[in-house]
Amino acid sequence: MSNRKLGAVMFLPAILYVLAVVGVPFVLAFIYSVGDVKIASVGYHFVGLENFRSVLQSPTFRRSLYDSVVFTVGTQIIVLVGSTILALALKEHFRGRGLVRFLILLPWVAPVSLGAIGWKWILDSLYSVINWVLIAVHLVRPFEEPMWLGEPSLAMMSVIGVESWRLLPFSTVILLAGLTAIPRDIPEAAAVDGAGFWRTMFQITIPMMLPIVNVAVLFGIIFTFTDMTVVYILTRGGPYDTTQVLPSLAFFTGVLGGDLAEGAAISIFLVPLLMAVAYLMLRVAHRSEVA
Amino acid sequence: MAIVETRSLTKVFKEGQPGAVNNVSLQTREGEFLVFLGPSGSGKTTLLRMIAGLEQPTAGEILIGGAVVNHLPPRERRIAMVFQSYALYPHLTVFQNIAFPLKAQKVKKELHQQKVDWAASLLGIGKLLNRKPRELSGGERQRVALARAIVREPTVFLLDEPLSNLDAKLRAAAREELEEFQKRIGTTTIYVTHDQVEAMAMGDRVVVLHQGIVRQIGTPKEVYDDPADTFVATFLGSPPMNLLEAEDVIVGFRPERFLPSELLTPGGEQAAKNFQPQSVLVADVKDPLKRIPLRFRVEIVEYLGAERILYGYLAGTRFEKKLVYSRIPSSVLANYAANSIYDFAVPESELRFFDPATEKRIAPKAFQWQ
Repeated sequence: MSNRKLGAVMFLPAILYVLAVVGVPFVLAFIYSVGDVKIASVGYHFVGLENFRSVLQSPTFRRSLYDSVVFTVGTQIIVLVGSTILALALKEHFRGRGLVRFLILLPWVAPVSLGAIGWKWILDSLYSVINWVLIAVHLVRPFEEPMWLGEPSLAMMSVIGVESWRLLPFSTVILLAGLTAIPRDIPEAAAVDGAGFWRTMFQITIPMMLPIVNVAVLFGIIFTFTDMTVVYILTRGGPYDTTQVLPSLAFFTGVLGGDLAEGAAISIFLVPLLMAVAYLMLRVAHRSEVA
Repeated sequence: MAIVETRSLTKVFKEGQPGAVNNVSLQTREGEFLVFLGPSGSGKTTLLRMIAGLEQPTAGEILIGGAVVNHLPPRERRIAMVFQSYALYPHLTVFQNIAFPLKAQKVKKELHQQKVDWAASLLGIGKLLNRKPRELSGGERQRVALARAIVREPTVFLLDEPLSNLDAKLRAAAREELEEFQKRIGTTTIYVTHDQVEAMAMGDRVVVLHQGIVRQIGTPKEVYDDPADTFVATFLGSPPMNLLEAEDVIVGFRPERFLPSELLTPGGEQAAKNFQPQSVLVADVKDPLKRIPLRFRVEIVEYLGAERILYGYLAGTRFEKKLVYSRIPSSVLANYAANSIYDFAVPESELRFFDPATEKRIAPKAFQWQ
């Protein structure tokens, strides 16, 4: 077998995999979003942008779009601040650094559904360990404990918190790599030039990390915006759709609600949005690289 | 301006292992250009980094301007340092790079422009102020690094191999420029290098380091002509000093002092022009210059343009197995071929004596050649 053929054969599984798992559903979703397909319906009628019109008019969709933005932006802010601090701390040499690095990576390694189920118990209205502790230290009186997943703003904070917990390790590892790439000479030169800790941090280290921060944020936005696991397991979008995000809404509408066409329209709605974000971030990364 | 002093300075990186810097005591003079010279791993950079405050000494004291600065962070030592990589801030323009120490030292903002312009014009980089470091050549980066170092008028300059990233031609020009620049601003300067040519050319005095120990401190002439031990003798000079080891003494002489006999007699240069090597076979022992005649069996001749290096053996002596070098300037027109024996000689005054046990320099003593 020639090298060319062998190469093609070796490459084939990867192409098939991507086609079957990403390509076909994507094309299907696109076709469904401009048709009238429901579960168990026969035939297909082209309806143009009808599904998008109806989706845009639905208050639940608009609420979900808003929630998605809050969920994504909120998570990114927490992750960015947290992972910057963690990366800066983990770069230093101290005893037990290896262990701390391992512990911080754990949430990323653990399956997201298992992690989310764990959090569901932690935030449970009856068995919450957080509330148990709060009561034990007399910060909260019994029977007045917060309903972490039951009140709209608390529920949103909870899903943001859990999503941040999940993304933090990934972002930390990316930033740590970027940080290690800064030559040791440069912060040393800053120290000799008279800069203290904060000046070195904000005028040297963080600006030099910006390109890699962009990468971390880009991935973070895409992961968060397209993720439904945390919301689905913790709140199912509740209470009253106040934590409903677009992916979970698409799932509820299309799969559980049976309206495949509208579900597809909701999920397709994400595509141009994410493409715009990706384009923007890549441009910023490119510019800071060239400048 | 300030004097830098170290007292029994020691740095041990890993307990139980030999120190990178061992018990170093030295003192610069006011406005002096002091060079730390040594092979890689000799501790010269560690020593400099301790003076800068980037490394904490394990023991000993560092004084700048008479005050102990061990506990002070780098920024409070009023020093400026130029790194081997230049360590320019890649995201800042040249102007911002040079102005950074001013900002960090909270110099009034109105003065920034004026001071940056002064430093930039001193180094001839006024036109580059709006560029980013990546748009500069190696030589330009080095100047920016120097401008950043002088802009806040430090009391001491620390330079860590600042020329090693330049190509050979640029390096020679930069060396001269740097030297002239230091004389002009007159700031006490400590310069680290492994390049003996740089050290000899630029240093007011040279500190030769080896394995974290100061082997010799002296003017370039002193360390070259009167090495304190065999390490200094062989580290300086290329090719190094010829060392002949006997039981109770080591005798050394520089290759450029080991020359054809007729060159060492008065009027030797003239004689050399008509020199027919084969015709002169007996060395004249009754020479007024009191030289030691040696028969030199040449094995290899290296032509280097300005000079020739002859590799060979001392025929008829007890050091016949020891490879020795001779450096003959190209102004000597006579031809020397491999696989021939010539009459060479060393002036007795050029012999250096070392103790085989301590490898330290000792007074001249009797020496058996045969």
